Amino acid sequence: MWRYVARRMLYMIPILFGITLVTFLLFNVAGGDPAAQAAGRYATPERLAQIREQMGLDKPLLEQYLHMVKQLATFDFGRSWSSRQEISGLIWAGIGPSLSVTFPAFVLSLLITIPFSLLLAAKRNTAIDKGTMVTCLGLISISSVVYVLAGQYFLAYKLGWFPVSGWDPSWDGRWQYATLPILIMVSLSLGADILFFRTVFVEEMFQDYVRTARSKGLSNAKILLKHVLKNGMVPIITAVVLQIPFLITGSLLIESFFGIPGLGGLIYQAIQEADFPVIKAMVLIGAISYMVFQLISDVLYALVDPKIRLS
Amino acid sequence: MVSIANKGRSLWADAVLRLRRDPLAMVCFTIIALYLLMSLLCATGVIFTDYNVTDNAQAYQPPSAEHWMGTDLFGRDVMARAAHGTITSLIVGFFGAALAVAIGTILGALAGYFGGKIDDLIVWLYTTVDTIPYILLVVAFSFVMGPGLNTLCLAIGLTSWIRFCRVIRSEFMKHREREYVQGATALGAGHLRRIFIHILPNTFHLVLINFSLGFVTAIKSEVILSYLGMGVAPGTPSWGMMISDAKLELFREVWWGLAAATLFMFFLVLAFTLFNDALRDALDPKLKNR
Repeated sequence: MWRYVARRMLYMIPILFGITLVTFLLFNVAGGDPAAQAAGRYATPERLAQIREQMGLDKPLLEQYLHMVKQLATFDFGRSWSSRQEISGLIWAGIGPSLSVTFPAFVLSLLITIPFSLLLAAKRNTAIDKGTMVTCLGLISISSVVYVLAGQYFLAYKLGWFPVSGWDPSWDGRWQYATLPILIMVSLSLGADILFFRTVFVEEMFQDYVRTARSKGLSNAKILLKHVLKNGMVPIITAVVLQIPFLITGSLLIESFFGIPGLGGLIYQAIQEADFPVIKAMVLIGAISYMVFQLISDVLYALVDPKIRLS
Repeated sequence: MVSIANKGRSLWADAVLRLRRDPLAMVCFTIIALYLLMSLLCATGVIFTDYNVTDNAQAYQPPSAEHWMGTDLFGRDVMARAAHGTITSLIVGFFGAALAVAIGTILGALAGYFGGKIDDLIVWLYTTVDTIPYILLVVAFSFVMGPGLNTLCLAIGLTSWIRFCRVIRSEFMKHREREYVQGATALGAGHLRRIFIHILPNTFHLVLINFSLGFVTAIKSEVILSYLGMGVAPGTPSWGMMISDAKLELFREVWWGLAAATLFMFFLVLAFTLFNDALRDALDPKLKNR
């Protein structure tokens, strides 16, 4: 097992190189002149040269690339162009608010969708199953922007059940603001998750072990809860673990709509202001956290399925 | 005596037959065809010609007999704009998906067929691109290329080819050792001929399904990118722009712009998704009845 983990970790090195290379190519080579972006439209050539020197853009590309790698290794991404604040500070400050929306939504959504999908798989091809499938397909045919817009308009603005937007950094106060975003996030994931989990469980129900269990005389409930659920959880957990990095980076859409000072809101702000260093830092951090959770997901999978470990 | 010899049908003829026996698939196909027809008629100026006629006195009129879906900030007919938005969505869907499928298919074919170093390189490439969060990657591409319709298609195409590449790669790995490929080799077919003339047609059903999936992804991405300020040029009708305009409109009780764009998008995406399922069942009948 440890050999598998070690090998898998070694494989992260070329990927890490790839991530930094793609980011560098996008922002430092193809992305036009960052100095011109930072200086604004009416900068004099002297000012431009000065900024270029400050940003290190007059140095050879290799040196610039190594500088970026160093930034990443020391978690020091310099300052934001628009707010002039330390980017690493902005990131640390944003993780808390992001997680207080995404984490409850993530847990709540799984608690709803997994049992419900199992039930649907058990009752497949009945009216409830078909009705739910159609509803789910309908749910995923509506843009996520519409969910946020409509949720905010009806539940907050019209009915006044929640504040329209805002944030309270204290632990007691934040739930008042976080509840509606959490609900919207849950509703965003319902359709796709139920469809996916149902497919996984239905797939399991056609396996031979289910027939064996049935011929042993096990009750339907026992087959579902003891066998199908357990086996179905393998692909589900590996898929779900890969959602965790997105919990950290937060939801761009929801945070910008509700004025939540998380990482999603930070990215949205940076996109609006073409704040390259912030976007670059977030691309790197998003990619690396995804890579780490991919490793965790693979290791979990190898733990349950020894065939993977040995190949 | 009546001949009972069964004339063989190709996979494609079989799939078309299955699709035609599936009423839901036919309904979805008709809906998609109607959207296509509507966008063609809009583009050629036959219907909804008033989509760009501004009239400030008519700003934000609620739905009426004259304007079924009301008017927008500039007094333009919302229904006509939503209908014209179909053109943008179909263009983004088609070119975005076509680019993604082309990249994914070619890279997947090369990786799966050759294996070894080439495979390592392509797997490294798609693992890297896949690791970078999709929306940030699209945003980064849009920044580099500047906003606009071309950028939308390019950014979506250049970022969403990974899952197609995976599918085609594993399919090619299965096929490359098959007897018909060995046969082709024995007859003197070169690598390119084996890849594109012999193996690729056998994976074409996957290419088609992927294209159709990519279409939906691209249409949805357009909306998100428009909200982020990276949509089509202002003035060009698009569902994404209409939906993102609604952010301010809703607080003036103007709901019809959002409703029109959402409804137009809903039926197209739903029809595509359902048609996709039917297409997969028709081309891969083993999966059916699950």
